Amino acid sequence: MFPLLRLGPFLVQLPGLALLAGVWAGLSLAEKQAVRLKLNASDIYHLVFYGLVAGIVGARLAYAARYLNAYLANPISLLALTPTTLWPAAGLVIGLAAGALVGWRKRLPLRPTLDALAPGLAAFLVALGVAHFLSGDAFGASAKLPWSLYLWDDYRHPSQVYEIVAALTILVTIWKRPVGRPGDGTGFLLVVALSAGARIFLEAFRGDSVVWPGGFRAAQIVGLVVLATALWLLKNWGRTSAPEPMSAQETPMTGGRR
Amino acid sequence: MTTTLPQATRRWNTLLAVALSVAGLWTFLSRVPPAATPGGAPPPSPRQGFSAPDFTLDLLGGEQVTLSDLRGKVVLVNLWASWCLPCRAEMPAIEKVYRANKDRGLEVLAVNSTFQDREAEAAAFVQTFGLTFLIPLDRTGAVSARYQLRALPSTYFVDRQGVIRSVVIGGPMSEATLQSMVEALLNEAP
Repeated sequence: MFPLLRLGPFLVQLPGLALLAGVWAGLSLAEKQAVRLKLNASDIYHLVFYGLVAGIVGARLAYAARYLNAYLANPISLLALTPTTLWPAAGLVIGLAAGALVGWRKRLPLRPTLDALAPGLAAFLVALGVAHFLSGDAFGASAKLPWSLYLWDDYRHPSQVYEIVAALTILVTIWKRPVGRPGDGTGFLLVVALSAGARIFLEAFRGDSVVWPGGFRAAQIVGLVVLATALWLLKNWGRTSAPEPMSAQETPMTGGRR
Repeated sequence: MTTTLPQATRRWNTLLAVALSVAGLWTFLSRVPPAATPGGAPPPSPRQGFSAPDFTLDLLGGEQVTLSDLRGKVVLVNLWASWCLPCRAEMPAIEKVYRANKDRGLEVLAVNSTFQDREAEAAAFVQTFGLTFLIPLDRTGAVSARYQLRALPSTYFVDRQGVIRSVVIGGPMSEATLQSMVEALLNEAP
């Protein structure tokens, strides 16, 4: 809807800017939460930072590998700023693997680390909704309602607004009313479960769903699996006590990165 | 003798069952009906996943072209102007990719935004870069408006069914970027 901002000779892609703001806000919240949980904030920062970098680089390399001849003939294109030449699924897997590797090397305990990341993840999901609103992606199904948006030649559900409201609600819930014991991993699982639930509900109002045989929306089926897993883990993790944060004893409890 | 589960576990199991049942039922009820895409063709709009809005324009040097007449080919629609620096930077790459793939069914419509350019300068530009593909002239700005043009260059990758599969706003695009994006579409069955 407002994808571009012209600043003199430069063309700023606003959705990209929203995502960057989301990363920044997410990182800040994750660092604050890390301090609350007596983890080293700097370790959490590095985990996210290296995960992101590896994810972006991996997404580009994986895309280039699919069109190897084109990129071998013109390798400088690996540095192109075109986001359409990324392979997001591969980037996600590589980014998560890199983050896990950093966490393992820094001996970060799993559940407190996940809890430290929870509010940051929720904040990033708000930014993702804003990015969708600015780009017109993740658009709604045709609907003539008093609150419909005119987008892509039709009146539609403002699905991006629904997405932002849901993500904001999850963020406020997790930040203001933490569940379980601090660092037992239930905060992270709650964000995942609520996000999956919101996606299952809101996907019904989307106009760009990937449809599987039988008319089922792919995101809802994936959401169901994620929701079931998160609820099952919530049940089990909630019963067991949280492990002691290792970094609390081994490293200084600094609030910021160096 | 029967054993009873602790109350908290029972509550959790109930919650889990209720949440998953409601979510499953909603998933079932919100399936996409087959009639949602009549004829299989999405409506026209200048966005990925929609049919490319049709147009008929005069070509530089005479004759006309209609986008829908190119159905069955992969079409790269590029909106440009002679004064636009990224357009100048990416046009040689478009020409190379066009020459390498035209026999496989690639067509390029490099729509000049003539309403904000000059025809003579567009012609000089085409000559300078030795462009061999079609150059439609958008004299009234109608096509730019229909494609909701926000920046030059803007490029739309249209598949053999006339559906926009990717949009790149701004540039310049490199040869590898262009080749990889048309390659995926050219590999699809006609």
